[in-house]
Amino acid sequence: MNKIIRFLPLILVIALGVVLYRGLSLNPQDMPSALVGKAMPDFSLSTLSDANKTVTKADLSGDIVLLNVWATWCPTCKYEHPYLLELASDPKLKAQVTLYGVNYKDERIPAQQWLAHYKDPYQFSIFDDEGLLGVKLGVFGAPETFVIDHHGIIRKRFAGAIDVRVWRKEFEPLINQLILEKQQGK
Amino acid sequence: MLNRVLFIVVMMFSMLLTINTAQASPVETFEFQDDVTKVRFQALSKELRCPKCQNQNLADSNSTVASALRLDLYNLLIQGRSDTEIIDLMVGRYGEFVLYRPRVSNVTYILWFGPALLIFIGMIVVIVILRKKPATNEELALNIEQQTKLKQLLADDVAVTPTSKLALNKSIKSK
Amino acid sequence: MNPQLLPELFPELGHIALVIAFAFALCLSVIPMIGVHSNQHKLMSYAKPLTSGMFIFTAISISILAYSFVIDDFSIKYIANHSNSHLPYYFKISAVWGGHEGSLLLWVFSLTAWTMAVAQFSKNVEQEFIARVLAVMGMIAVGFIAFTLLTSNPFERLWPNAPLEGRDLNPLLQDVGLIIHPPLLYLGYVGFAVAFAFAVAALMSGKMDAAWARWSRPWTVGAWMFLTLGIALGSWWAYYELGWGGWWFWDPVENASFMPWLIGTALIHSLAVTEKRGTFRNWTILLAIFAFSLSLLGTFLVRSGVITSVHSFAADPSRGVFILVLLAITVGGSLTLYAFKASNVASFSRFSLYSRETALLLCNIILVVAATTVLLGTLYPLLVDALGYGKISVGPPYFNAVFVPIMSFLFIIMGIGPLIRWKKAKKGELRKQLIKPSVFSIAFGLLFPVVYGGEFNALVAMGIILASWVFLVVVKDLLNQYQLRSTLSLSQWGMTVAHAGIAVTIVGVTLVSSYESETNVKMALHEKVEISGYQIEFNGIKHVEGPNYSAEQGQINVYKGDDFVALLQPERRAYRVQSMGMTEAGIDGGLFRDIYVALGDPLDGGAWAIRVHYKPFVRWIWLGALFMALGGILAMMDKRYRVKKQVKSSSSSKQEVKTANAKPSIQAVSELS
Repeated sequence: MNKIIRFLPLILVIALGVVLYRGLSLNPQDMPSALVGKAMPDFSLSTLSDANKTVTKADLSGDIVLLNVWATWCPTCKYEHPYLLELASDPKLKAQVTLYGVNYKDERIPAQQWLAHYKDPYQFSIFDDEGLLGVKLGVFGAPETFVIDHHGIIRKRFAGAIDVRVWRKEFEPLINQLILEKQQGK
Repeated sequence: MLNRVLFIVVMMFSMLLTINTAQASPVETFEFQDDVTKVRFQALSKELRCPKCQNQNLADSNSTVASALRLDLYNLLIQGRSDTEIIDLMVGRYGEFVLYRPRVSNVTYILWFGPALLIFIGMIVVIVILRKKPATNEELALNIEQQTKLKQLLADDVAVTPTSKLALNKSIKSK
Repeated sequence: MNPQLLPELFPELGHIALVIAFAFALCLSVIPMIGVHSNQHKLMSYAKPLTSGMFIFTAISISILAYSFVIDDFSIKYIANHSNSHLPYYFKISAVWGGHEGSLLLWVFSLTAWTMAVAQFSKNVEQEFIARVLAVMGMIAVGFIAFTLLTSNPFERLWPNAPLEGRDLNPLLQDVGLIIHPPLLYLGYVGFAVAFAFAVAALMSGKMDAAWARWSRPWTVGAWMFLTLGIALGSWWAYYELGWGGWWFWDPVENASFMPWLIGTALIHSLAVTEKRGTFRNWTILLAIFAFSLSLLGTFLVRSGVITSVHSFAADPSRGVFILVLLAITVGGSLTLYAFKASNVASFSRFSLYSRETALLLCNIILVVAATTVLLGTLYPLLVDALGYGKISVGPPYFNAVFVPIMSFLFIIMGIGPLIRWKKAKKGELRKQLIKPSVFSIAFGLLFPVVYGGEFNALVAMGIILASWVFLVVVKDLLNQYQLRSTLSLSQWGMTVAHAGIAVTIVGVTLVSSYESETNVKMALHEKVEISGYQIEFNGIKHVEGPNYSAEQGQINVYKGDDFVALLQPERRAYRVQSMGMTEAGIDGGLFRDIYVALGDPLDGGAWAIRVHYKPFVRWIWLGALFMALGGILAMMDKRYRVKKQVKSSSSSKQEVKTANAKPSIQAVSELS
């Protein structure tokens, strides 16, 4: 019995080593969204272009929606922007999917100027200067993109910039599936 | 050469203009209707984790998402929500990750009850070790006899190091 | 060879020196061992010179790195990333350990320094045993120098395209704390390698007796002392530098230093039992192995990216694999050795339920449980994620909730240990000894919150009761010993001062946690705010220029009633190179309270957001740690650890000297019973 006890520390340490090894291949920064499968939260905010115009959740429904969180202080958003312009001008995609923006924790005039300079791919951008819509969406930072189906349910949250590779791998399959679902009247 | 120097100087100045204060500890000047709510705010902002930071709570982080969350927390407290409601809401948006005090669930039983279990095991270990026969008066007396023998041996100028003294002890005991 | 190239090649000398040190380490790990196994004294005697070689060349290597920092040699990648020509020279030197590669070189240097010390100060240890100890330390050095050379070389060059300027040291690190905290901490962590090497040598040789414990103890206390200071300094640094007024966050990296400290504390006490009573041998060896293993685990956690922490160096999983392999060999190897060679001989020493051995055993078990609990909390998120259950966080609320009860249990037993006899407590004596301390502590503790805070507070009462209990018991023990022997050994003083230190820290932690207050306000010019009996007045902002930053400096007057107390000048700094903002708190420190002010954002109308903290007794936390370290130093200096001087004289005085040497042994024998 004594002999077995002597081996106990070694066994425990081996088990710990396995856990640590496994841990090396994980990414602690990777954060899944808690909102997948839940309804898009409601909000009442102005649009970026017009401080007097208020939009709510209803203004986003009916279509398959891509909601992109961006800001002028976010360098990665600048990197992603050209591809968003490409997506927004694709006629096949435009027919089924609409791109909206959430201008997150930003200032109105600089943000408007940013869009004027780099061109505006969004149907409209929601002006979320206090970040409270972002908080409801569980946003960490920018850029982040949400896919919302025609029922208003959030189906995916992607954190990071979208480019060709990311679109093909992360978004295209889901978008096609959602288009199918909409056609089948689900 | 001059161009290079100029370039560096311009770069440095432009960096100065884009100062970000990510490391400065935040000071929020929210006004609370009473002390209880103020204390609740301070307590909750320490219980909640900033989702994006390298391990900081809402109170200490200066990141954009943390300041948005502090404002949201303030609004929720003003609206009169209870602590449990607020926590549930935060978890609903950011997942369990955002709580520094993990909720007791199947996943965290070992975490919360582990320490008590360890103390229990520890006490059993102590009891098992103490099960050895306690030193009796008889054993004490024997030691004194052996001590005298040892003193005698030492006085006889035998070079003694601690190790050989113990060996000596052992050999005396075994006789 | 173009002589103008020589300064460019200078850093390569640092690299080469490290490679030579590696060669020495390799020889050190092999040659003395061969000497031990083949009984060749010559080979065993090579251990000391090999150790010197290893130390000297590591010293050369780190000196070259430091020198290169001072002369702004940005052709070295590490320096280009962590320094800047405007950085003050003292920070340039401490920037050596400001990043992963350099701090690793510091780790290696600490190891070679400890090895050197062991080689120099072990004249009263058997040559065979010391040869083994040094060889084991050589093996550890081989592993870590290899890690440095292969994955984290601080001498990597950016040559010939060296940048003209460096990226500057992280402003958070540009502080006096950085100059002292890592070296002290590393001396502590790495110091446990000595205890580890002694334990492994004991297992190999089969010599696991009181003598081994006596040799090992001062080294272990030394390492523990450095670690105590390192942790305390880190906590103090976080308090005054980071601006949030906290002093412990249970951050994974903080825990990584705290776990070896807890096990190290258990180890010094276990060594005491083995030295005095010859028992607990297996337990002591296991603790020595675990203390160092936890140090290595800390190294792994900080540098592999496996956990998220404000302290972690740039994470690299490939480095993580290397350290994991080092961990596997070191810990796995030593524990396998333990499983096969742990002593099967039951110690001849018995003890009863009411004895000091039992008290120390209980304390050890509690300390191990505490360390395991911290480990559990730190690794739990990783465990949950690895098993696919998602992401959770375990933070200060959890640790405080579980740690405080465990420690309270420890403090209660700490009060019994010093006053209870070895082997078997005399009937009724224990009760007689404990009655006054217990009555007084309970009374004092219950009254304290009422008198100090105006109302009863259970947590405060408990904390003060425990602190008084721990303190009064060791004072009583000191008095008892003085009455018995009319002299007090340094060892006795050491124990008293260290335990008193714990009591002081308990008071600090209890009072600051329960009575601190904080207020965040918008203050306009000349506006006053009230906190805990003090009035804080905002008197505007002054602009200041530092060597490598510019700052907005608040002018804050502190009053108590009508009396002026202090002018505080918190700053918001903008560092020019890294364009990072930073706050420097303004603190009026005192023995019984700190007033702590931090600047927030400027608001409209010339007003500023200002945070004020009132922190009662917060300095007691670190004062206690200083006492603990002082206690350790006193214990280490006890004369029974000092080398006995050999006196050359006539045979009669030779006789005297021999009996004089024998006297401590007799005293030791009487201590055995």
